[in-house]
This record gives sequence, C-alpha cells and structure tokens, in this order.
Amino acid sequence: MSPPDDLASAVRDEPAQEETERQAQERTKPVGLGPAGWMRWTWRTLTSMRTALILLFLFALGSVPGSIYPQRSVDPGRVAQYFKDNPAQAKWLDRFWLFDVFSSPWFAAIYLLLFISLAGCVFPRALSHIKEIRRRPPAAPRNLLRLPHSETLEGGLTLEQAAAALRRRRFRVVTGDGWVSAEKGYLRETGNLLFHVALLVLLFAVGAGGLFGYRGNVLVVEGDGFSNAVAAYDRFMPGSRVTAESLEPFSFTLKDFQASYVAAGEKQGQPLDYLAKLTVQDSPTAAPREVDLKVNDPLDVNGTLTYLIGHGYAPTFRVTDGKGQVAYDGPVPCLADDQATYTSECVIKVPDAQPTQLGFLARFLPTTVPNGDAWVSIFPGAANPTVQVFPFAGDLGLKSGQPQSVYQLDTSDLKPLGKMSAQPTPLNVGDTKELADGAGKIQFTGVKEWISLQITYDPGREPALLAAAAAVIGLVLSLTIRRRRVWVRVKDGTATVGGLTRSEGGGAAFAEEFAQIVTALRGNASADTPSADTPPGDDPSPDEPPADDRSPGDPPAGDQDGDRGGEPDESGITGHVAPDAPTGNAAPGTRPDEE
Amino acid sequence: MPAEVNESLATLSDQLILATVLLYLVAMICYALDLAFGRARTVVAVRRRQLVGAGGPAAPEDTTGDATEDSGPQPATWAVRAGTIGVVLTWIAWAGNLGGILTRGIAVDRWPWANMYEFVVAICFAAVTAFLALLIRQPIRFLGAFVTVTAALGLGFAVLFLHVQAGPVMPALHSYWIAIHVTAAIVASGLFILAGVCAILYLIRRDGRPSVLPSREGLERVAHRAIVIAFPIWTFAVIAGALWADRAWGRYWGWDPKEVWAFVTWVVYAAYLHARATAGWRGKAAMIVSLIAFGCLLFNLIGVNIFFSGLHSYADVPQ
Ligand code: HEM
Repeated sequence: MSPPDDLASAVRDEPAQEETERQAQERTKPVGLGPAGWMRWTWRTLTSMRTALILLFLFALGSVPGSIYPQRSVDPGRVAQYFKDNPAQAKWLDRFWLFDVFSSPWFAAIYLLLFISLAGCVFPRALSHIKEIRRRPPAAPRNLLRLPHSETLEGGLTLEQAAAALRRRRFRVVTGDGWVSAEKGYLRETGNLLFHVALLVLLFAVGAGGLFGYRGNVLVVEGDGFSNAVAAYDRFMPGSRVTAESLEPFSFTLKDFQASYVAAGEKQGQPLDYLAKLTVQDSPTAAPREVDLKVNDPLDVNGTLTYLIGHGYAPTFRVTDGKGQVAYDGPVPCLADDQATYTSECVIKVPDAQPTQLGFLARFLPTTVPNGDAWVSIFPGAANPTVQVFPFAGDLGLKSGQPQSVYQLDTSDLKPLGKMSAQPTPLNVGDTKELADGAGKIQFTGVKEWISLQITYDPGREPALLAAAAAVIGLVLSLTIRRRRVWVRVKDGTATVGGLTRSEGGGAAFAEEFAQIVTALRGNASADTPSADTPPGDDPSPDEPPADDRSPGDPPAGDQDGDRGGEPDESGITGHVAPDAPTGNAAPGTRPDEE
Repeated sequence: MPAEVNESLATLSDQLILATVLLYLVAMICYALDLAFGRARTVVAVRRRQLVGAGGPAAPEDTTGDATEDSGPQPATWAVRAGTIGVVLTWIAWAGNLGGILTRGIAVDRWPWANMYEFVVAICFAAVTAFLALLIRQPIRFLGAFVTVTAALGLGFAVLFLHVQAGPVMPALHSYWIAIHVTAAIVASGLFILAGVCAILYLIRRDGRPSVLPSREGLERVAHRAIVIAFPIWTFAVIAGALWADRAWGRYWGWDPKEVWAFVTWVVYAAYLHARATAGWRGKAAMIVSLIAFGCLLFNLIGVNIFFSGLHSYADVPQ
C-alpha cells in the first residue's frame, strides 16, 4: 500500500526524480558542446543509474563463462585436459581469456567501469547527504490537507505541544510562524551510502590481498616435514608484492594421519573424518607444539593459515637393482583413481638402478578382495592393502631436460620386464617380487599416507570481512528505514497535520505511524495542560497511549488501508474528525488562510 | 563422528514428507476452489459496488458476500469455506514438513540440510513459512494455491529424483557454518520463491480485466516486499559462505561454479532493486529482472550441482 507514484514528484530530491532530470539532460546531448561538454556528458552517463544497471547485468553475464569453462586459477589440470580434448576450440576460447575469466582484461573493464560509476555516484551523493543532515527540515507546505496523509485536529493543540510530541518520537523538529516541521529517517540514505562505499572498500581489500598475499600447495607424507620457504612448495602463487622474506618462518612434521569411513550400509566408504597430527614450530627457535589439523580447522601461525585439503596413500618400496644394491627405499605418493575405494595409481622411478634405470607402475588397493581373475578394492580404508606392480627397464627420460610429472611414467624408452599381465598377482606388505632378466627385485615394505595442504597468507581477509559486514548493515538500514516528514499547522485553534514518506513502498507502514502520531497529538490537544510538554527524547515509545478519555473505538486516522490513491479528497479527511470534538471556531473543511 | 542412523526416525521422516506433499496438494485444491468459485462473485460484487459509487474498501479479501449477482454462478459459501480449509490444511502440512525435517535431523544427529534432497525439502518449507507469515498480516490468500502447488512440486521432485538415505556427511560439512550459511540461504530462497510466484502472476495478469487475482500493483508490492526482506539475508548467506570457504578451503572467494552463480544471483537481484528505482524500468521491466534473478537462483540450486563439478560437489545427487 504505497503512496501513488506521482507522490515521488512531490518531493524534489527523490532519486527517481533526480534520475529523470538527469536523463532529460542526457537526451539534450552535447551537440557542439566542445570537449568539456563531452566529458561532462560522458561522466554523467557513466554515473547514471541506467548505466550502473547495464553494467551490473554485464558483470553478472561476464562471470558466467567462469562457471562453464575450467579456470586456470581454480584447476589448471582440467584446463590442460580441455586443450587435449578440443585443441582447436580451446585455442579460440583462450584468445578470449575464457580460461582466465576473472583475471581477463574485459572482466576487469566491466568491474572497473562499474566501480568508477559507483564512486562517481556515491561521493557526490555523500556530500549532498552531509549537507542535508545539517540542513533543517523544510518549512511546512501551505496546504497540508493536500498531502497523502493528513488530518484536521480540533481542541487547542499548541505548536509547542506538537513539537514536543514529535521530538519524543525522535523526529528532528523546527518550528516557524504557525507551523512545525519534522523529519526522520536520515539513516536510510546513510545506510545506502555505507553499503555502496563498503562495496568499494571490499574491492580494494580483495585487490590488496592479491598483491601482498600468497598461496601455495604442498604434499607431505607421514613422517616428513615442511618448512615455509618458497623452495619447499610444490606450487607457489605469490602476489606481485611478495618477497621470500615475507614468508612466516614456521615449520612442522606430519606425525600421523587418520581417516575414518562409514563401514557398512548404503553409504559404505563415505569419509567421516580426517585428522592430521602435526608437531609445529612457529619459528626456528620456538618450542614445538602439538596440533590437530582437521578440515574446517586450519593451523594459524601469525595469520599464515595451513589447510588440510586432500589425502592419499603412499606405499613404501625397497628396490634392489641388478647389482644387488638398494637403489630406492621410501614412500611413493599415489593418486586415487576412485574416491569410493581409493584404488590408487603410483609411479616409482629408480634412476640410480644399475645397469639400467628401472621404472614401475603400481596399482594400490587399500582393501583387496579377489574378483574372478582380478583383484579390486572395496573400501577406502587400508584394511587389506596390496599392490600390483608393472615393472619396466630402460631410459626414464629424466635427462632430456623436460620437466616431468612425478605421477607419470614416460614409457617411450622403456620396455616391460617379463610378461606383462593386466592383473599381476598383488603383493602383500612384506612381499617381494623378483624382476625378470635378473634386473633386481622390488619389495612392498609398508603403507603410509600423505596429505595435501594449502598454505595461504592474505592480509586483505580482515578488511574484506569488515567491509562485507558494513555492507550488510548498510543494506538493512537502507531497505528498512523510511524517510518521512510530518508537518503541523495551527490556526485559530484548529490544527492540521500532514505527512509524507519519501521512500517508495513505505506507505502502508507510514499510514500506521501517521495514525499513531495523530492520536498522540490529539491526546496532547485535549489534555489541555502545558505540563504535557515533557522534555524531548526521554521516551521514544512509539505507541504511547492517548492521555485523554476518548473512546478507544475511535478510528485513529482512517488510513488503515493506507491507499488513498491519487488526490486526497477533503471530504474523506474531514470525515475523520472525531464526532465529539469541540466544534468551536473552525468548521470542518474550512482551510486556515495562508500567511 | 557418529555414524549411526536412527532408522525408524529416518523412515518416519520420509513418511512425513510424503504426507506433506499430499496435504499441500489438497490445500492447493481448496485454494483453487476458493479462487474459482469463492472470489469471482466477490469481484463482481465489488465491481457493481464501484459502479454504484458507494466507495468503501474494495480489498479482494472482502468476502462478505451479501451482494449477489443473478447472472453469475450461485453463491458458493462452501467455496469461501474451502479457502479457509486450505489455510488450515497449509498449517497442518507446514507442521508435517517441519516434522519431516526435524526427525531427519535427529535421526542423523546433524543439521538436516547437507545434501540436495534435504536442501530442497527445507527450501519448500521456507517458502511456505514465508507465505504463512505474511498471510498473518496481509491479505495474500490468493497466493495460497500457487505457493502450495510450488511446494508440492518441489517436494515431489525431491522425493522422486533427489532422495538419498539419511546418513552422515563429508568431513567438509562438519562445521557450525552449515547452520549459519545454509540456513540463511534457505530462508532467503524461500522468500525469493514467494517473490517469483508473484512475478509470474504479475506477467500473467492483465490489468483492466476482471480477474480473481489482485491488481498488478498489488502483486508487485508483495514481490517487492519479499525481495527486500530476502536480499539482505541472501547477501549475508553469500558472506557467510565466503567465511566458511575461508575456514575450509583456504580462500574466501575462488570463483567456484557455485560461488559464481550465487554472485550472479546477487547481482541480478541488486539490479532488480536498481531497476525499481530507475525511471523507465519500474513495473514490468523490473519484474522481469526479478524473474531472471529467480532463474539464476534456481539454476544455482539445481543446475550447478548437476552440470558443473566444483568444490561444492557434496550435494550428493543420486546418479
Ligand atoms: C555502479 C554504480 C551504482 C550506482 C550509480 C548506484 C546507485 C544507487 C542508488 C541511487 C540507489 C538508491 C535507490 C533508492 O533509494 O531507491 C541505490 C540503491 C541500491 N544499490 Fe546501488 N548503485 C550502484 C552500484 C551498486 C552495486 C554494484 C550494487 C550491488 C551489487 C548495488 C546495490 C544496491 C542496493 C541493494 C540498493 C538498495 C535499493 C533500494 O533502496 O531499494 N548498487 N544504488
């Protein structure tokens, strides 16, 4: 039940109205205005609400490809896969930065324009709002009965009483010759500005975090350690302002990792909980402390956070070469092929083996059961761990200078040792497999687990959070508070009260408030004693009972439906004058003369 | 972490949800009867009174029914009563829906909105709650048929296509943030559904023709009110999601598909609020913007879980 739309035009500085004016100006475009005129026109257009609206749409539209195509910043592996699967298409997509949408020039152009538009709109508005806050509420219009909410009161209400009653309701009040003017709800605009400024701050915080922060990934096997230095990372993504010295000098050892899974039922094998036990040293000289690292519970060392983001198996092997020397002895991190059973693929490279280099592919089965001629894993926990080993001999290709993934075996210069079978007999822990052609042997010595960690330092986190919180507060203020004005004119013992809400859609609630105000004023009017003037601000209670003996059934203002629609008609208003009001000097419907 | 599931409670939850679907459908029929037979008459009566020029409140809720039309269908007090029965049934179904959610939560000893089935059930509940809460103060009974049918379709879809056995969840979901982030998202989504229903009715409704629906202005007003309440809650939900991501994944914003679409939804709803305050966009254009935003919300809820893979992939959609 909002006031009619044309009400907006009753109020000069309503944003919508401002907008129409501005657009009118835009339409009379700068034909022959010269560079200054063009610049002003550009600036006006850029900071107009319509442009902001279009930019908002573009912003939304622009981020959609980021969800359709794999993104390098999120998952470079999937981007590489895309290039492999659709090379021609990928090349074109890449030309339009569609694998790097959120760091692409066109996306940056949209949000920079949006935020220039935002800044260009918000700062002038902030200045005029500050002026407005300082300004006194405007003088009462001549005919209050023409306002969407109005009422005639009889019974000797004085201006002082009216002013005091409005002050009690936290209105800002000024009085003039025969009138009182009151206004409330400045916080709406304050909230709106707070929201928009908070968005600007948020953008800066995110940007600063990207410049001064870093992110890195590392894989750690049980028993191994990590110390925070660039060289220790598997993948390190620094902001452009990060130097090696800015890394927090902490270190830790992974003592143990435990994963638990649902043991039976429909959800068998679903992970329940992960726990990594670390021994942490905050600095090289600090005393070690024990830390339980869990998902959703990162390790925090002076703002550098370490997150548990993945895990897997690292079976340990001892490889003895053809000359009888131990050429490899240690864990090999394997990648899970299948999350439900943790069947994992491993690659063992033994470049030191003599007389030729050895390489192995291995399949790790955490809970092995025979399945016909084959073996499969049926559970992700390591209840019956075995490995199936596929040995190769030859040149591992490490000397070529090409960087190689530790998870892939380049078999181009390798030849299988012995007869290759798709399902070699699995080795249990402790079992040894003799290699064909006297190339040596490989022993499956045990099972360890690895965890993958993300380590981040982002100095923009807290400012971004504060800005986001401010945005929510501003938003709530700007969407819930109504700006409203109430005027009272007193002439010859008859008072007229008029009200106006300056916020779209606030009509219904204001009608209620207006009715309460009128009831309160009426109470003052008939209380007839000047002592009814309590000092302002001591009782902001919105529904103080009327201090008179009027029957409670009296309709307060007749505005329950709140929807007057169009021009207020006087007959409707005078109809609300209480029947028992003393009819003295002014007949209903007689308008007080203007001064 | 407890892995035991109280099977009998879980079964009770499934049965309650089924009963709720049926009750929503019956309520929908009651509302529809009210709309079809209990209101047409009222509208005619109102029109006649306006012709007579008697003035007075012409709210569609005005069902005094004393002014009868000879040419129209017989006065159907039973139809008006059907509307009341619809409201009562909606409250009962609402209680059943709530019971279904609570029993599932107790059965698995965690917050009962950790997979897509549970999430959709909770959103339907939120939409009906929003409707009933607004109904207490506003004459929006006309929405009853549309809200209950939406809730019944949503729940039916969840039961048929999304249902998974009650059970424990991934370690990443063991966090108090699920209570904050997901709850806020559910509440906001429920309100957005209400606004979406109003927006669709707005586009169907033609002003100037007799209709059982309130005027376009009235529909627009309900939609706007719902969005104004929902938008800050959605904003909060997105921020809470970022805070959770900061706890769980080591960054507060990473343009994961779910994040992208939450953001898109947010931006388009913000665009709606701007459109409503921009000359030339008010009214129909703004309503269409709100429907685009609603489409983004639904796509984020369903499409993203099915079509994209990302970190948010514990939605546990049955294959
Ligand atoms: C880029 C330039 C922008 C301009 C020129 C602008 C301008 C405005 C103006 C004048 C209002 C007041 C409308 C009213 O009181 O009814 C407003 C409100 C609002 N703005 Fe913006 N804005 C901009 C960007 C944004 C952005 C990026 C967002 C968020 C995505 C946003 C979200 C809002 C919201 C939620 C409101 C409250 C709407 C209401 O009061 O009903 N604005 N904006």
